[in-house]
Amino acid sequence: MTITRRQVLRGTAGGLAASVALPLLDCMLNANGTALASGAPMPLRFGTWFWGCGINPGRWNPKATGADYEITPELKPIERVRAHITVLSKFDVLLDGKPNFVHSSGNLGIRTGQAPAQADQSELPTIDVLISDAVGGATRFRSLELTASGNPRHSYSRRSTSVINPAEGSPVAFYTRLFGPDFKDPNAADFKPDPAIMLRRSVLSSVSDDRARLAATVGAADRARLDEYFTSVRQLEQQLELQLQKPPPAEACVIPKKPGEGPVGQDIEVSTANHKVLAGLLAMALACNQTKVFNMVFSDSASSLTKAGTDKTHHTLTHEELADPQLDYQPQATWFGARSLDAWADFVSILAAVKEGDGTLLDNCLVLAHSDTSFAKTHDVLGIPIMLAGRAGGRIKTGIHVAGNGEPVSRVGLTLQQIMGLPIDRWGMGAMQTAKPVGEILT
Amino acid sequence: MSRLLASCRVLTAFGLALSLSGCGPREPDTSGQAPVVQRLTEKQYRQVIADVFGDDIRVVGRFEPVVRKEGLIEVGTNAATVTPAGFEQFDTMARNIVSQLFAPDRRDRTVACKPAAASAPDDACAGQVLAKYGRLLFRRPLSSDELKARVAVAHQAATSSGSFYDGLQFALATELEMPEFLFRIDTAEADPDHPGKMRLDAYSKASRLSFLLWNAAPDDQLLSAAEKGDLNSERGLRQQVDRLLASPRLEAGIRGFFTDMLAFDGFENLAKDGMIYPAFNATVAADAQEQTLRTIVDLLVVRQGDYRDLFTTRRIFMDRVLGPIYYVPVAPKHGWVPYEFAESDPRAGLLSEISFTSLYAHPGQSSPTLRGKAVREIFLCQKVPAPPANVNFAVAQDTSNPDYKTARARLTAHRTNPTCAGCHRIMDPIGLALENFDGIGAFRMQENGAPIDASGELDGAHFANAKDLGKAIHDNPAAASCLVDTLSKYAGGQASVKGDREWMQWLNGRFVAERYRVPALLRTLALSNGFYAIAEPGKRTGLSTAALRPEDQR
Repeated sequence: MTITRRQVLRGTAGGLAASVALPLLDCMLNANGTALASGAPMPLRFGTWFWGCGINPGRWNPKATGADYEITPELKPIERVRAHITVLSKFDVLLDGKPNFVHSSGNLGIRTGQAPAQADQSELPTIDVLISDAVGGATRFRSLELTASGNPRHSYSRRSTSVINPAEGSPVAFYTRLFGPDFKDPNAADFKPDPAIMLRRSVLSSVSDDRARLAATVGAADRARLDEYFTSVRQLEQQLELQLQKPPPAEACVIPKKPGEGPVGQDIEVSTANHKVLAGLLAMALACNQTKVFNMVFSDSASSLTKAGTDKTHHTLTHEELADPQLDYQPQATWFGARSLDAWADFVSILAAVKEGDGTLLDNCLVLAHSDTSFAKTHDVLGIPIMLAGRAGGRIKTGIHVAGNGEPVSRVGLTLQQIMGLPIDRWGMGAMQTAKPVGEILT
Repeated sequence: MSRLLASCRVLTAFGLALSLSGCGPREPDTSGQAPVVQRLTEKQYRQVIADVFGDDIRVVGRFEPVVRKEGLIEVGTNAATVTPAGFEQFDTMARNIVSQLFAPDRRDRTVACKPAAASAPDDACAGQVLAKYGRLLFRRPLSSDELKARVAVAHQAATSSGSFYDGLQFALATELEMPEFLFRIDTAEADPDHPGKMRLDAYSKASRLSFLLWNAAPDDQLLSAAEKGDLNSERGLRQQVDRLLASPRLEAGIRGFFTDMLAFDGFENLAKDGMIYPAFNATVAADAQEQTLRTIVDLLVVRQGDYRDLFTTRRIFMDRVLGPIYYVPVAPKHGWVPYEFAESDPRAGLLSEISFTSLYAHPGQSSPTLRGKAVREIFLCQKVPAPPANVNFAVAQDTSNPDYKTARARLTAHRTNPTCAGCHRIMDPIGLALENFDGIGAFRMQENGAPIDASGELDGAHFANAKDLGKAIHDNPAAASCLVDTLSKYAGGQASVKGDREWMQWLNGRFVAERYRVPALLRTLALSNGFYAIAEPGKRTGLSTAALRPEDQR
């Protein structure tokens, strides 16, 4: 069975100290050597990176497995970061007799371990939410959601169908949220608790005064929604509590320069540039211990990316473009796919460029990158391309290719949660339920 | 019988032009709706702040998006909650708002009383201020316990900060962060007129009315009417409903409804390819919405016109930004001017406006399929099934065929596939009638050098072009009943009551009898029992399955 939200909430309700789940300690003990000078283990971070409309499986899937796999034509963009990446091919979303809801069954299937019963409905929390419930309590932000497109709806971090963590698309707003007046430099020489924050925290707790009375007046479904609200209030209280303690030093933390206002949109050049700026800020948010969990959307499910001067979006091209008879694939749609993977390689490089401890920030991250389809023209949910980046503090192998050969993709989600220290032995629903982690990637 | 007479009085009071035959059948009983808990929308939040504190107060922050349900944001708010990132924003906004309210030059307007000392708590003065604003923000008076708790916050914060005003500022900010403000929470009570049944209490009634008719929280008068029990009497309710309907603020209510129904939030992230459509930009997008909303308000409110005429009207408003796309010259410095398309003009009606044709199109081309789907779903309330995942595009992609130059040619080829044909047959003919309008709504006769054929058929009515399509929708009975259905969903914040077909038929009948006038429909709805009836727990399950215990309500 999966860990329930209530169990997690019960853990956090007791206060800050209790919110660091015990299993995390287990995996800290398992860490193989990357540690701060003080002896404390490096924080382990989890993130997702998403792009829409997939790849051409025949041109993307490598044939050989292990470390010596060949770089296929559509893996070319990631060749420059190959050593940091684990390629997972041919893991399937199993629909369990449910319809294939275009562009949502595959995406949510990977993230929730269950194909949705209705289009775009997330009946279960997405994997990042499960992980942040377990490990996100000790940092200022439970998780950070970003989208290169600028559209806050482009977020696949969901607690339920109607609880979608909105994505930030503006570098200036993201910078202000992170490094604005409320930011406490972890490496500052002196630390004094701010009396204004102390006051804010004590006042904020009064917002929840009438919680019990309110809960008694509404039905079960609305009570759950109000619970979400009160959890959010509690989250902010915890954020303020942390601001009152001297933060542990973070040697890799360098406060970035404030970015300028740039264009935001779905023109691929604009999205690519915006993505790089956001990724740079995110890297520092991680290095400065502001969060342990993040979600980056490069393009939405059913990619709305455009190329200036052409009349069709990436998504429309995947359906309407004629396959070139010589090449035997859709050249324009494929171009968007290649650009998306190039942005993914940018992202990996940006995290790898930050030195932390004996290695890099990326070494202490576990990033899951995936799309919503394999072959977008038919909305195929079998063999959706998946890549992992980062060594998760030495817990996984990188530079290898593992072929799932039709195994349920929930095996990947199970493995990631176990690496992040969640005490679960199986994950997924129905045909997607599995107790079998992807052992090939574990060290 | 008494009810029948009452409804006749209603009609004569509203307009002498109506004869007694306008008194329709009496309102059938309903099983009632579920009580709802709706999160304020961005527009509503901003409106409340302006109404309560003044429109000079700036609201700076981002609101997390609401997931549309039943085609409406207003129904989606009944499932929405507040995420951690969302609450962080509400906290920032609240602190920013109160810091403006307590700025040195404004503080005395915010705080009517004088504290005994500026450097110490003053519970009496703090209580006055927190009670006054609390009532407007919570849309009901604070209970004495609630007020005590707020005053205690002010007291504590004043003590630790050494300033009465700082303390009060903190306490007022909490009112802006509390669930009682951010969520509209229905409260039900036993209905003395229908023993054994439940109804909304007077304050919940006031909120429903006000958000429906003004898209705003109840004002002081409406809250006072609730307090005095007026809203529970036919006469008192009628007085308030007529006051709200007669107010200029009805315009905001109509705008709120149509902005939601037409899904104008889609414009927030609508982008067009700058090389293909250099004429389109953010100002065009904003003015296109304004043009449609002005046209709607003018027809429905100012001229008390027939809703169906929205699909055929030649009267519209124009400004300098939109003029070039419509090929209409607009004199400089006039702002918005009324404009009437000539009889011979290819444009008439809402479907030929830029707000519709640009929103339902791709970034670089038009989309007959998106437009046809929008017409079916938004204006006729006919659900178009989701497309199958594995679509065979073999015909359209056979390279040995000559290029399909027009959308009609491409879609015709696509429809040779029987799995696709079922749905495309109900969308495409509508959308193809609008093919004379490109991806931003500019008129064109050709696509890729081939002439555009805009003819088609809608549920048996044949048309030759976009104007005829407008006429066909005007005459389609589904258009009027769809509006009634959408409005009742919007008003109740939930799917319309499926078990209450008789009640919906009655409402539809009233709309027809009232000659399709939307303000009259709003009035019928606002005066009906069904609008306020609450289903007994277990009798019906709406989106919100609240189990109400009346003894807990007081």
